[in-house]
Amino acid sequence: MDTSIWRPIIYLICFMAFAGLNAAYLGWCERKGAGRIQRRTGPMEVGFHGLLQPLADGLKLMSKQLLVPEGVDHILFRIAPILAMIPALTSMVVIPFSDNIQGRALELSVLLLFALASIGMIAILIGGWASGNKYAVISAARAVSQNLAYEIPMLITVITIVMITGSMNLQDIAMDQQGGFWHWNIFRFDKSIFMPVSFIIFFICSVAETNRAPFDMAEAESELIAGFMTEYSSMGFGLFMMGEYLNIVVGACLTTILFLGGWSCPFGLFPGVWWFLIKIYILIFTFIWIRWTYPRTQVYKLLNLSWKILIPFSLVNLLVTAAFIKVF
Amino acid sequence: MTVPIQCRPDEVFVLNLGPQHPATHGVLRVKLTMDGEYIVKAEPVLGYIHRMHEKMAEAGSFAQFMPNTARMDYLHALAYNHGYVLAVERAAGIEVPERAEYIRVITVELNRLSSHLLWWAAFLLDLGGFTPLLYAFDDRERILDLLERITGSRLTYCYFRFGGVYNDIDDEFIAGTRDFIKRLRSRLPRMYHDLVTHNIILIKRLKDIGFITPEQCRRYGATGPVARGSGINYDVRKNEPYSVYPEFDFDVPVYTECDSMARYMVRMDEIEQSLRIIEQALDKLPDGPVKAKKVPKILKPPAGDYYAAVEAARGAFGCRLVCDGGKSAYRLKLRSPTFCNLSLFGEVAEGMLLADALAFMGSLDLVIPEIDR
Amino acid sequence: MSIVEETRKALLQLFPEQAAAEAEAEAAAAAAAEAEAGAETETDAEAELTVSEEGGEDAGGEEAAGPAKPAKEEEPVEEGPRENGVLVTDHAARGTHLDVLCDPDQVVEAARIMDAAGFFLEAITGVDWIKEDRMEVIYDYNQTGPEPCRVVVRAFIPRANPEIPTISDILPGANWHERETHDFFGIKFQGHPYLVPLLLPEDADFHPLLKDFTP
Repeated sequence: MDTSIWRPIIYLICFMAFAGLNAAYLGWCERKGAGRIQRRTGPMEVGFHGLLQPLADGLKLMSKQLLVPEGVDHILFRIAPILAMIPALTSMVVIPFSDNIQGRALELSVLLLFALASIGMIAILIGGWASGNKYAVISAARAVSQNLAYEIPMLITVITIVMITGSMNLQDIAMDQQGGFWHWNIFRFDKSIFMPVSFIIFFICSVAETNRAPFDMAEAESELIAGFMTEYSSMGFGLFMMGEYLNIVVGACLTTILFLGGWSCPFGLFPGVWWFLIKIYILIFTFIWIRWTYPRTQVYKLLNLSWKILIPFSLVNLLVTAAFIKVF
Repeated sequence: MTVPIQCRPDEVFVLNLGPQHPATHGVLRVKLTMDGEYIVKAEPVLGYIHRMHEKMAEAGSFAQFMPNTARMDYLHALAYNHGYVLAVERAAGIEVPERAEYIRVITVELNRLSSHLLWWAAFLLDLGGFTPLLYAFDDRERILDLLERITGSRLTYCYFRFGGVYNDIDDEFIAGTRDFIKRLRSRLPRMYHDLVTHNIILIKRLKDIGFITPEQCRRYGATGPVARGSGINYDVRKNEPYSVYPEFDFDVPVYTECDSMARYMVRMDEIEQSLRIIEQALDKLPDGPVKAKKVPKILKPPAGDYYAAVEAARGAFGCRLVCDGGKSAYRLKLRSPTFCNLSLFGEVAEGMLLADALAFMGSLDLVIPEIDR
Repeated sequence: MSIVEETRKALLQLFPEQAAAEAEAEAAAAAAAEAEAGAETETDAEAELTVSEEGGEDAGGEEAAGPAKPAKEEEPVEEGPRENGVLVTDHAARGTHLDVLCDPDQVVEAARIMDAAGFFLEAITGVDWIKEDRMEVIYDYNQTGPEPCRVVVRAFIPRANPEIPTISDILPGANWHERETHDFFGIKFQGHPYLVPLLLPEDADFHPLLKDFTP
């Protein structure tokens, strides 16, 4: 591997640009998608089909005053939005977009990703707590219990994958699934008959982890106004939003790598970064699609879903996989 | 599901829900004493949009009060028009021509449809589903267009007159209404029920939530879909018929589950029943004048008191009119259904989760200007 | 027996005099009928007597209200002082079936009877009769049975000292209605648990529906 200083810098710039573009344009995609689902056009005014809308939104957010209400914890209140953004951005470093596009090929990249995802939850907790707003505190408490509940089945599912591949390196996991969709972890019936179920569990968990509808308990605008974001204005709010979209991208990337074969083509032809992008954007569209078609669940039912259904199922799947690996 | 609340009294906190809150649909404020996410005590605080309509009725003539009626329940304004004109007609002994009665029924039922559609949209919004709002508004928009053609306004109608209605309906309105009925009938099962009513998340959130016993309904005087969702078969249109309702064949949907889902289903079924009534009224629509002759410009009903009740979208709306022989009401009491429906919120919401309480509040179909008057 | 009749019977508990007069009249009517059936050759005089007795019943029980009802349809009213009692009103003309006038301290008992009969409270309201220097409190009851039966219970209280016992411990729905009536008329509902302004501002000390109210 080339050890010149330029390689990390170029990667840094590219990933930052990728992340920034995604954070900005997923907002536009979301609005266009919502418009499509709701039989309206979405943003049309700024630029061609509203393509400059994210730019205008960004300008607006940046030119607004960052209000710090009385009675908030000043330091934590300012740290929280940054803390929401940085882990999501950092996660990008270890994601292999293709066999040769990866910021840093860590041996334990899966572990790092999950560690970073937990920091995102702490950002919500700090933000809600520091706001000194009752709605925000309720939202913070919800977010923590929800994230705890959904990290467990998610991790158990990942352990299954790690057992199959025998590595915690995302690059290895992806390489293991090259060549045709029947090699993808989602369809690997020779390792466990429950792999599709496992994929669904993982996907549900990633929706819940990113606080997206129908699991957006933390912001539940009809119950908690905007939850932990209630007191934030300007870029404080903007960073939370960007953090959320980046988390979606990371979640989609992770799902793609763990279950959908990363950058491999479904028919074993021309593997490359384009397949990876196609897959993550299909997943992201699914995120948007779900958000705009389902009503919100209720917080205790959400926890029940995790503790009573998802965790037992993922445990069973873990056992079955272990048995399959041992037997075959 | 009731979970006992276990906390020291000093560990509860007070949460102000409203008067500016996305789920209260107006300026309702509820003082919630909470233990974590459980509600220990809920106390609605009213009066943020109180305008003292009843005093205005004493100040002006009977006709001058007419526009006020539409400003209480702005979603089912024509029912309020209807209740008020019924009371005044009863007091002054005015006969209404048959065609006018039919037109009244058609427009009131159209208005009821638009009110239920808006409730449906807003209720789903409370539950976090944004998209149904736009689908319901698409249909509601057509009703508003139809009503605008004949009444001249889109929301706060002042269409009824003592002894008739302001304006006759024309062929275009009739054709448009028939088209609309066909359209809504085809959309109702596919878009409203398949996409939303049968959604597992919706069912899970509404089933067994907000349990109101029939006895509670009675003790608090709840009427309308709230009572019918609790198994009380009471609809003013059937039980105490007014206008030409006895001539139509329609059912009163009653569900005995007593939960939010039952109230939801009652309203969804009522949409179908309203369509039936409109269809029959259009078929039977007689010819003739739409306004009674010889209604004096200045009404002076004989002294005494009179009561008239109609079934509004949210329950029984009653108008108690006390006259002293003068040209304005000596006292006009407006009995608004949501006022009573909301009064049981405090008792039922105790021990509920915040999220469930908001779903329950949505299922009561609150219109705040009507509560505060 | 229709629900209106039943309710009327139940409400007559409030007015023993009217009930007694009615029972007497009924007995007389029954006796007359019996007499008629038994001996058709009774003298005209006796028949006349029964007729006059029935007239007496009307006078005793509903008479004071009597002029108020049927008369009102045709002629303008004489707001004659109406005595306490239960009055059957014409629903088509009035919108109600029974009209009860009672003493202020009887409204609790009336509420209890209505509650036992399965009625619900629709509304409570006041009327300020400033010329007669008194206020009227009107309770609207209704029930959800297949047959309509609306009952109005009204009581007059002095304007200078408007007080009436609360019924909110019998029908909790009355709580808000009483608060509202207190807001608008300043009528004090004795024993009400929480008589603070409901629709008016928290610190409101005025009562806008009084006829001598000036903003």
